[in-house]
Amino acid sequence: MNVGSRLAWRNLWRHSRRTWLTVGAMIFCNVLLVFMISLQLGSYGMMIDNSLGPFTGHAQIQHKDYLDDGKMRQSVPAAAALAQQVRGDIGLESVSARAVGFALASSEERSFGVQISGVQAAYEPLVSTLPGLVAQGRYLSESDNDAIVIGRVLATNLRATLGDEITFLGSGRDGSFAAGVATVVGIVDSGIDDLDRAMAHVPLGWFQEVFAMGDHGHQIVIRFADIDAVTPGLAALAPQLDLGDELVLLDWDALLPGLRQAITSDMASAWMMYGVLVLLVAFSVLNTQLMSVLERTREFGVMLALGMKPSRIARLVGMETLMMAALGLSIGVLGGAAVVAYLSVAGFHFPGMEEMASQFNLPDRIYPEVSALGLLWGPLTVFVMSVFAALYPALRIFRLRPVPAMRAV
Amino acid sequence: MRLPLATLLRLAWRNLWRNYRRTLIMLLAIAVGVWAMIAMSAFLRGMTDQMVRSGLNTLPGEVQIHQSNYRADPSVVNSMPPPDGDLLDALNQPPITAWTSRVRVPAMVSSEYDSRGVILLGVDPEGETAIGALPDTIVEGRFLSDADDRGVVLGQRLVERLDTAMGKRVVLMSQDPDNNVADRGARVVGIYRARLRSTEDTLVYAARNPTQSMLKLGSAVSEVAVIGGDYRHSESLVPPLAAAVTNMQLVQSWQQLDPYLGSMLKVQDGFTLIFMVVIFLALSFGLVNTLVMAVFERMREIGLMQALGMRPGLILLQVLIESVLLLSLGLIVGNVAAWLTIKPLESGIDISAVADGMEMMAMGTTLYPALDGRDMLTSTAIVVGLGILASLLPAWRAARLDPIRALAKT
Repeated sequence: MNVGSRLAWRNLWRHSRRTWLTVGAMIFCNVLLVFMISLQLGSYGMMIDNSLGPFTGHAQIQHKDYLDDGKMRQSVPAAAALAQQVRGDIGLESVSARAVGFALASSEERSFGVQISGVQAAYEPLVSTLPGLVAQGRYLSESDNDAIVIGRVLATNLRATLGDEITFLGSGRDGSFAAGVATVVGIVDSGIDDLDRAMAHVPLGWFQEVFAMGDHGHQIVIRFADIDAVTPGLAALAPQLDLGDELVLLDWDALLPGLRQAITSDMASAWMMYGVLVLLVAFSVLNTQLMSVLERTREFGVMLALGMKPSRIARLVGMETLMMAALGLSIGVLGGAAVVAYLSVAGFHFPGMEEMASQFNLPDRIYPEVSALGLLWGPLTVFVMSVFAALYPALRIFRLRPVPAMRAV
Repeated sequence: MRLPLATLLRLAWRNLWRNYRRTLIMLLAIAVGVWAMIAMSAFLRGMTDQMVRSGLNTLPGEVQIHQSNYRADPSVVNSMPPPDGDLLDALNQPPITAWTSRVRVPAMVSSEYDSRGVILLGVDPEGETAIGALPDTIVEGRFLSDADDRGVVLGQRLVERLDTAMGKRVVLMSQDPDNNVADRGARVVGIYRARLRSTEDTLVYAARNPTQSMLKLGSAVSEVAVIGGDYRHSESLVPPLAAAVTNMQLVQSWQQLDPYLGSMLKVQDGFTLIFMVVIFLALSFGLVNTLVMAVFERMREIGLMQALGMRPGLILLQVLIESVLLLSLGLIVGNVAAWLTIKPLESGIDISAVADGMEMMAMGTTLYPALDGRDMLTSTAIVVGLGILASLLPAWRAARLDPIRALAKT
């Protein structure tokens, strides 16, 4: 430790209460920021996974107008073959072809308009979370023909149980009348009513037959290992595909634009709050350092008279701030890390969250993300802003003249 | 020695400006904090109000009466006779301002190209007008003229999806109570736009009488929707109605019908309070620091005053007054700043850039911050209340000084 930093360190503890109060403000702010940012990052991760998991997948090949209009005619020809080709291209099995239509579903007692999906029984479990959530019976198998798996709410509404027959009435791809009968082999319970109301899976072949689709489908759903693999994966896939003018390859952001926007707007409002917190801490530092400079006017006058350069004194004040900020940073990050580490195991929960959570496709406990970004982002901002706030007090030193300064009260 | 309050006040005021830089910085910090408290709660309140309102729009009617199985099984089977006798009397009592009865069943609507699953509302246009449950805007054609109108009114997006248009025919399909397919053709007489695109996809309006005859319902209906007064206090409408219905019927307020919406208001209030306290805590470090410094600098002075016979209680009071003066100034500046910045924004901020994200939260494309007197009062109460609490420690320390030692302090 050289003279400069030793002097700074000692100066800091001349008013230990004041220093601790300022450092305390930093620690409070840092712990809060670490906690909130980690929680946010964690909930975004879960929100993306849970929103994309049931239907959307990470990317899809569709007819170019299907996303906007969702019409039955806007289909993908030779869907199963195209899915097979994509599997080869990306070296992953998790690619599945799907066809989607609407029909009036009637059981013995009830009739409902439902969305019905024709899926590839062998591949659908690899791209969607729903097949894994079968609560009764089983999911579709490759040998199934006129079998159907439905969601819990739909089953309740239709008063249908395993083994019941459900009749479908709707219109086929060519506008013709479409009708078919399928037997319930499984009931899925995801715990989210909206999903369980909209889920009806039948084998793709049967769907194509009933709705006069030929070999067409509507979506080729692709799922990568994780969300970070999507962009490089699609960049590698795109040049290998010859989709023609009619088809497009869309990533999850294009398929579900609301998701990223919901995250962006949530971030924007959170940043406003964080900004205010950091600003308040900066004011606190500014006040402390200004006081500590003002009360040492005579001392600085003597130092100047003895021949010390103002820049050196300013550096001293800067060093004090740096030390204080470093103290706040390290204790804040440690404290924040402890909170986040605990919650990443125990989960975070507050009353009223169940209703909120199901609206945003979240489980009722949030597990914060432990990451360098979450841990350091907030505290580093506080650090930089604190040092920045000390600029004004430090610069005042250059205006000091030795003689009047020594006479100051 | 007795000092009148006016003297103490003047002393505190002058003390405050002895170190004007410090006071100004602290003042700025408090003002920013207060501004943030009010601005944030205004935005939050605006967002919640909108979510609740669009939620109420898709669930038209603040209080609803159903057959007791209808909510679990919204089928035509679980319908009920139209209100009569006691219930009719109860419905015509204030504070209920209007009510209507409607048929509400899941159905399919098909054009010559495509089919969609929808919710078919068989309504009485007059009644819907009275409870303010009409679609937001009719972009083409007209709304249903009366309860016998044979046309249908579809949402803009549904029209696009079905590839149909004004004046064309669509087929409505549902079931009758015996689970026979019930269907009828109908002409599109109007196209509406709603605040949320998902509403346009879901709700199809037809007149009540043709819907009842298509479904072979006679005069039975699925729900009675009631409004009255402030939507925030709809629960108060429930008990008189609940007393009048048969035991096969259920009366529920929107808070019970949609627990998510109901919890929104509470979560918002809780969040606002937490946010205010957090901001104040960040502020309090600076506040306590300022006071500790102010007391420390005046150690000798305080010692002298005590030696001259000023009681510790008065010293404590003087420091507290100083703190309250500082907080009040900050509150005034912060409140005025919040008023000046939020009021012009109340006419709406365009957030259509993130429209799809807002739709996920059931919000439209314009955000209307709502500056509420209660939020301003809460923030003031928190700042003054907790501020005095935080100032107690430095003030108490000042009052407890030993005069001899304090005087000897250099």
